[in-house]
Amino acid sequence: MTTVRGGPIGSSSGWLVRRSTRASAVASVVSLVLVVALFLVPEVMGANAVQQLTSLFTFLILAIMWNALAGYGGMVSVGQQAFIGFGAYSVIFLTQHGVTPYLAVVIAAFASAALAAIESLLVLPLRGGQFAVGTWVVAEVLALLVTLDHSMGGGSGISLHGLNRYSITDRRDYTYWLSLAFMVLLLGSVFLLLRRRTGAALQAIRDDEEAAASVGVRVRPLRFLLFVLAGFGCGAAGALILANTSFIQPTSIFGVQYTAYMIFMVLVGGLGTFEGPIIGAIVFFVIQYNFADEGAWYLIGLGVVAMGFALFLPRGLWSLLTDRLHFQLLPVGYRLTRPEKLPVIANEGGGVVSEHG
Amino acid sequence: MSWVNAVVQGLLLGGLYALFACGLSLMFGVMRIINLAHGDIAVLGAFLVWEVSFTYHVSPFIALLPVLPIMAAFGYVLQRSVLARSLRGGPLIPLLTTFGLSIVIQNGLLQAYSPDVRSLGAKAGTISTKSWVINSRLAVPYIGLLVLVLAVVVLGGLQLTLRRTPFGREMRATALDPDTAALVGIPAWSVYAKATAIALATATLAGAFLAIRSTFQPSSGPTQLIFAFEAVVIGGLGSLWGTLGGGIVLGIAQTIGANIDPRYSILAGHLVFLAVLASPRGRILASRSTAR
Repeated sequence: MTTVRGGPIGSSSGWLVRRSTRASAVASVVSLVLVVALFLVPEVMGANAVQQLTSLFTFLILAIMWNALAGYGGMVSVGQQAFIGFGAYSVIFLTQHGVTPYLAVVIAAFASAALAAIESLLVLPLRGGQFAVGTWVVAEVLALLVTLDHSMGGGSGISLHGLNRYSITDRRDYTYWLSLAFMVLLLGSVFLLLRRRTGAALQAIRDDEEAAASVGVRVRPLRFLLFVLAGFGCGAAGALILANTSFIQPTSIFGVQYTAYMIFMVLVGGLGTFEGPIIGAIVFFVIQYNFADEGAWYLIGLGVVAMGFALFLPRGLWSLLTDRLHFQLLPVGYRLTRPEKLPVIANEGGGVVSEHG
Repeated sequence: MSWVNAVVQGLLLGGLYALFACGLSLMFGVMRIINLAHGDIAVLGAFLVWEVSFTYHVSPFIALLPVLPIMAAFGYVLQRSVLARSLRGGPLIPLLTTFGLSIVIQNGLLQAYSPDVRSLGAKAGTISTKSWVINSRLAVPYIGLLVLVLAVVVLGGLQLTLRRTPFGREMRATALDPDTAALVGIPAWSVYAKATAIALATATLAGAFLAIRSTFQPSSGPTQLIFAFEAVVIGGLGSLWGTLGGGIVLGIAQTIGANIDPRYSILAGHLVFLAVLASPRGRILASRSTAR
C-alpha cells in the first residue's frame, strides 16, 4: 500500500482513482436488467417457480442482513430469529386489528426495526460470545412470551387470516413482488452504505475494530445502524415467511435453525463481502431444494460444511474469485490504476480481511 | 412454606447449573472463547453414559468412570485440531466453528438415538427418587444435594488448582498473555488443550447428572448452554465461586417463577439474567471482559 503515499487522489504521480471497472460496469447494468426481469417472472413462469423464488429471496434477505451484522459490524448474532418471529407475529397482531395483510408486512418490518433499536441498548455493549448468547436469550424470551399469549395461538401456532380476500394466484404473486422489493431495497441499502463514506468506516471496523476507532471511526453509531437495519430486514423476512406459508408456530419461527442457515450462507459465500451472501444464499437454496428431506443428515452436512469453511476458507467462495482475478461485480470500492502498469487494488468492497481482524 | 421449598429446590437446581457453567467459564477465562457447543457436548457425554450403562448393565455412576476420561481426551483432541485453528482466524471464527459443531453433535445424536426423551434416573437406583423429608411441605431430594455438593467440590477443586498449583499458575499466565507466557516456557497450546479437556470432563459430569435427576434428549444442549451462560454472567465472568453463586441465583429464580406458574419457570431465569445484563454492574462486566 506504500504506492498510495504519492499524494492524495491521483494527479501528479500518474495514479487514477476509479470506482468501477469494466466488469463492474457490465455487472451493474446486468443486475438492473435482472431486477426488471425478476419483476416480470410471475407473468411468464409457473406457480412453482414463483414460490421457490420467493423463498430464495427470503433466504437472500437473511444472508445479506447477517453478513451486514457479522461481516461488517463484527457482531455474531445467534438471535436474529427474534426479529424473524417478531416480524411474523406482528403481521398476525396487525391483521387481527384490521390491517390488510400486505400493509401489515411492511409495518412489521418497521416494528422489528424499532424492537432492534430497543434491544440494542441491552446487547450492543456486549462483545463476541456474550453478544451471541445475549441476543439468543432475547429471542428465547420473545418465543416464551408468545407461547404464553393465547390471542397469538400460544404454543400450538396460528394461521394468517385475511389472505382469503385474494385469489391464490394473486396471493402468490403479491408475496413474490413484496419479497423481491424488500430484497432489492435491502441490497440497495447495503450497497449505498458501502459505497458512501460509511463503507470505508465499515470495512475498517471489519478489519480491526480498535484500529478503526483509533483513526476516528465512530464505531458505536455504525453498529447501531447495522443492528437496526438487520432487525428491519429479518423482521421483513419473518413477515414474508408467514405470508408465504400462512401458518406459524413459535418454536419454529423463533428457532435457532435460522441462525444456522444464515451462518452457513454467509460463510460459504464470503463473510464481509457484498457479493458473498448472494452466492451463499443460492448455494444454500440449491442444497435445501435437493437434500432437505434427508432430515438430520442434511443438518449434519450443513454444520460440517460451515465448520470447514470457517476453518479453511473463512472468506468463502467469493474470495476464490476475487483473489485470482481481482474481480468485482459491483462498484463499492476504490481502485488505483496507472496507465502503463497493471491495476493495483485498494480498499475493495470484496477486499482483504486482515489476519487479526 | 412452599416458598421456602421453592428456594431450597432452586438452590439444588443451581448446583447443576453451576456444574454446567464451570467448563464454559474455564474455557472463556483461559482462551477467551465461548464454546457454543458446550451444551451439546454435555448431552453427548450423557448419551455416552447411557450407552455404557445399558450395554454393561451398570449404574450411571460407574459408567461415568470410563466416560469422563474419554470425553477429556475428546476435549484435548478437539482443541488441538479444530479450536486451535479457529483461534488463529480472529474472534469471530471460534464462535462460528463451535456453532457448527453444536449442530453436528445435536443432529448426530438425533440420527443415532431418535428424538425420544430419556432419563437415567431409574438406572441410578433409589438415590434418584429418595428424599430427606423435613415436613409435609419440604423435602430435600438426595440427588439434588449430591449435585450441589459435587458442584462445590468441582468448582472449589478448580479454584484451588488455579490458585495453588503450578499448572494453575500456567493457566493464569496463559490467560493473561499467551505470548509472554510462551517466552518463559509455557506453551499455550498445551495449556489450552488441557483446559479444554477439563472443561469437557466437567460438562460430561453435568450432562450425566442432568440425565439422572431429570430427563434429556438430543435437542437438550442449547437450553443447557443458555443456562450455563446465564449462570456465568449473573455470577460475574472469570470468577468460579461467582459462577456457583450465579447458578444458584438462576436456579432459585426458575423455581420461584415455577411456584407462581409452571410456565414462568424458564422465563423468570431469563429475565433475571437480562436484568443483570442491563444493570450498571452488568455493563462493567461486559466491558471488562472485552479487555484481553
